[in-house]
Amino acid sequence: MDSSSLRGIALHQFRRSVVGLVGAALVAVFLLVTAGAAWLAPYDPVAADFADVLSPPSWRHPFGTDDIGRDILSRVVHGSRVSLEAGLFTVAVALTIGLPLGLAAGFFGGRVDDLIMRGIEVILSFPTLVLALGITAVLGPKLIHALFAIGIVFVPHFARLLRGQVLSVRENDFVAAARALGASDLRVMRLHVLPNCLAPILVQSSFSIAFAILTEAALSFLGLGTQPPTPSWGIMLSTGRGYLEQAPWLGAFPGLAIFLTVLGFNLLGDGIRDARDPRLKT
Amino acid sequence: MLTFIGRRLLATIPLLFFVSLVVFSFVHVLPGDPAVLFLGEEAMPETLAQFRTRLGFDRPLTAQYAEWLGRALQGDLGRSLRTNQPVAEAILQRLPVTLELLAAALLVSLAIAIPMGIVSAVKRNSGVDLMSTVFALVGFSMPNFWLGLILIYVFALFLRWLPPSGFVPLPADLAENLRSLILPAITLGTALAALVTRQLRSGMLEVLRQDYVRTAQAKGLSQRLVVGKHALKNALIAVVTVVGLQIGGLLGNTIITETLFALPGVGRLMIDAIFSRDFFIVQGVILFLAVGYVLSNLVVDVVYSYLDPRIRLR
Repeated sequence: MDSSSLRGIALHQFRRSVVGLVGAALVAVFLLVTAGAAWLAPYDPVAADFADVLSPPSWRHPFGTDDIGRDILSRVVHGSRVSLEAGLFTVAVALTIGLPLGLAAGFFGGRVDDLIMRGIEVILSFPTLVLALGITAVLGPKLIHALFAIGIVFVPHFARLLRGQVLSVRENDFVAAARALGASDLRVMRLHVLPNCLAPILVQSSFSIAFAILTEAALSFLGLGTQPPTPSWGIMLSTGRGYLEQAPWLGAFPGLAIFLTVLGFNLLGDGIRDARDPRLKT
Repeated sequence: MLTFIGRRLLATIPLLFFVSLVVFSFVHVLPGDPAVLFLGEEAMPETLAQFRTRLGFDRPLTAQYAEWLGRALQGDLGRSLRTNQPVAEAILQRLPVTLELLAAALLVSLAIAIPMGIVSAVKRNSGVDLMSTVFALVGFSMPNFWLGLILIYVFALFLRWLPPSGFVPLPADLAENLRSLILPAITLGTALAALVTRQLRSGMLEVLRQDYVRTAQAKGLSQRLVVGKHALKNALIAVVTVVGLQIGGLLGNTIITETLFALPGVGRLMIDAIFSRDFFIVQGVILFLAVGYVLSNLVVDVVYSYLDPRIRLR
């Protein structure tokens, strides 16, 4: 890649960012563990062994066992799948609804913009977790409902971000040139405006995946997300809460897994943002 | 200033109307029959029909909404399906606990963030700065329910300094009340402390580069006076913004914190109602929290416009 291009400069900046590289490494480990869960997990994550309950960490069970003898390492490894699903599904829901809304609001302006932005303001009037809990409560406590609820909560963030980008990109000469050549609104939006607005969306996606993983774990911790026996870090923490004094390892490892994964996506987002615009570095 | 407040108040009225519409649609429009939700899927069709008639669910939605909104405006949010207690009364009974928790969390976060943010900006690239950066990154990424469990393990179960859960009301015993709030307040306030530390540090760095700060230094003022009187005042505007933006996050996280520490607040009321399928309580709490959030945003906007008069002109 041409190192003098904007993308080349950003990539060079990113490679020099310790924060970004640590984040990328943590995210890479998370993705590798998720992809290789079937090979990495030493035991079946849902197989109970009542002869070996609440065993502390040992060579046989490096993270110990839970209240019905399930291997915690295997459950943490398989639990990463739920977290990845949570991150990707919710960001997909938010992008599918938020991008067209933000694009239309910024591109057409006027009444369309007013209407969309008022709708977004209404969603933003609800505290995130309260809205997610409300939707999950009505639809029923299932993972898919929880993920859909979190996705809806993210829609305003993507729509507002894209609207702001579109407002600045649509004033460029190349957009006027495309219009002068007779391109339709849809073509101008799809081929000329949207591709030039994607970089901040990438940063927002990284932060949103982190937040989605946290929110899914919170809903599962409260009993309203993933349902047992599916291994989810939130459920494992909830189980660990009941055995905090006798077996603290039950909650320690899933908590650490959530923390490192969320930290990874946050640092990655910081790294990409700083590489794009070093002035924003804090 | 009064014109600005009036304008903002006027803009809030239609917003609150649409918020009420969304909250109403939670029970009546989203897929999922409230009668089935409450009575269970195995309930007889006649029982379900009776339930719908008793609560007026068989009437047109517009009529139901008009009646519900009319009552809500008079403070009547319906009655609990389980205990028959008025929903508004149930919320108000638990509100002091939630407000006390929010205030304590805010206090903890500012007590950590303000000194840390100032010192890390003044002593940029020092050990303290590195420590505060690490704290900001860790605090923001750590799930608060995990932090809460760690705090319970260390301070309640291992050291036995503080109670692991439960709540002592303020009028009953001040000291015990404070003891029961320390761990929940740290659990709830740490993420906000991390955000404010980061924001204050970058705000201070920006302000410390300004000409008027250099002028104050050139006049021979002490570092303490330059930082405390000239720089901090302007950097704190950014802190107000962050705190304002995070009120929603704090309100949401009170639900987790109250559940974790068995505090009898509004969040716990909501979780209990979800599990007992008492959807009038759920609806009431969501409406109450959303209205509270909108009004607190209004207050933050007014405070912000007072601190930075340029806002009023936009």
